[in-house]
Amino acid sequence: MSWGFLRDLLSGVNKYSTGIGRIWIAVVFIFRLLVYIAAAENIWKYEHDEFECNIKQPGCENVCFDHFFPVSHIRLWALQLIMVSTPSLLVVFHVAYRENREKHHNQKLYKSPGELDGGLLCTYLISLILKTGFEIVFLVLFYKLYNGFKVPRLVKCDIRPCPNTVDCYISKPTEKMIFLYFLLATSCLCIVLNLSELSYLVFKYSIKCYLKRHIKKRQ
Amino acid sequence: MDWGTLQAVLGGVNKHSTSIGKIWLTVLFIFRIMILVVAAERVWGDEQQDFVCNTLQPGCRNVCYDHFFPISHIRLWALQLIFVSTPALLVAMHVAYTRHEKKRRFRNGEKIDLEELKNEKVHIRGPLWWTYTSSIFFRIVFEAVFMYVFYYMYDGYQMPRLVKCNAWPCPNIVDCFVSRPTEKTTFTIFMLAVSGICMMLNLAELCYLVMKVCMKESRKTT
Repeated sequence: MSWGFLRDLLSGVNKYSTGIGRIWIAVVFIFRLLVYIAAAENIWKYEHDEFECNIKQPGCENVCFDHFFPVSHIRLWALQLIMVSTPSLLVVFHVAYRENREKHHNQKLYKSPGELDGGLLCTYLISLILKTGFEIVFLVLFYKLYNGFKVPRLVKCDIRPCPNTVDCYISKPTEKMIFLYFLLATSCLCIVLNLSELSYLVFKYSIKCYLKRHIKKRQ
Repeated sequence: MDWGTLQAVLGGVNKHSTSIGKIWLTVLFIFRIMILVVAAERVWGDEQQDFVCNTLQPGCRNVCYDHFFPISHIRLWALQLIFVSTPALLVAMHVAYTRHEKKRRFRNGEKIDLEELKNEKVHIRGPLWWTYTSSIFFRIVFEAVFMYVFYYMYDGYQMPRLVKCNAWPCPNIVDCFVSRPTEKTTFTIFMLAVSGICMMLNLAELCYLVMKVCMKESRKTT
């Protein structure tokens, strides 16, 4: 059980997505998931071992690290990837439900179970809103927990059992900052893609609805 | 989930590439991705642990390492490979879109053989030619940019054995020793050489495509 599951899930959703949805999936795969696994994970691998404080007092380093990194950047990143990909499951479930219904009644109930109309369209729109919501929530969480996306070289810590204010040095701060900015940029890109897809679908289907009503009125 | 997925996607693009494009893909897979995963990652694996400074001052090593290696070689190569592979996706998307359009026309009543559609070799003509050529152009640009970034960040392509550091809190100028400098230099030069070869292949492919179109046009006019 690993990231392969997420990859299979997203590949499954690909069939029922619009064009912009497919671009979103490509961006998530390549610029977020692949970068996370191939590059970012290793930067944070030894973050605790390499966190060094200018003191010999046992326990001080542990306490300071825990104070400055309640939840590590890399774990937040992984959680964000999982939460942002999960709303797509709603669409997959709805299509499976439709297919099941057709089997159960043994007749063609829908033009095509994967076609975006009626209930499935609502589900798709809800999944887009949820995706965007999760992205924003995680970006705000990052910002609030770490005072922005900067990673300082030095933090000053004075929690017990550290005797006084102690200098603690974070490992690879510049590299971490570069990848956090990369994370921010790709998240923003995904938010923009989701919002454009949302507006495109709402616009397309309102025009369709309006035209249908107009034709009915004429008749 | 790892480089395997990228390999699967790029393998799909292989069908619609020219011969030079296929050679480029092979070079990318074998001499870059495979070498990165199998060898280079091990060489850089212990880079901060074995970065040793001639001082007992806590924090000095962290700060000096961060100063001399703002972003590790291995991460830059991973990013370079990702960015260089991405333009090929444009071609894959264009082919998928063309197929989708043909299927739509089939559904609307036009007679098209579905089997033939699936196995059809898509010829690089018309709008696809423009997509393919732009993807090659972007590949060349990304390669060049990354090669320049490497050169600029590390003052050349050689890994020094010793760096002198006086960033705070190091007390004075402190000698810091990089781990495995010769092995790292060897791999850096190897990756540089392969990037150069890939760039040459891309340029050759670009010239080939342009010449093909020019010859076609001249045949049409005569």
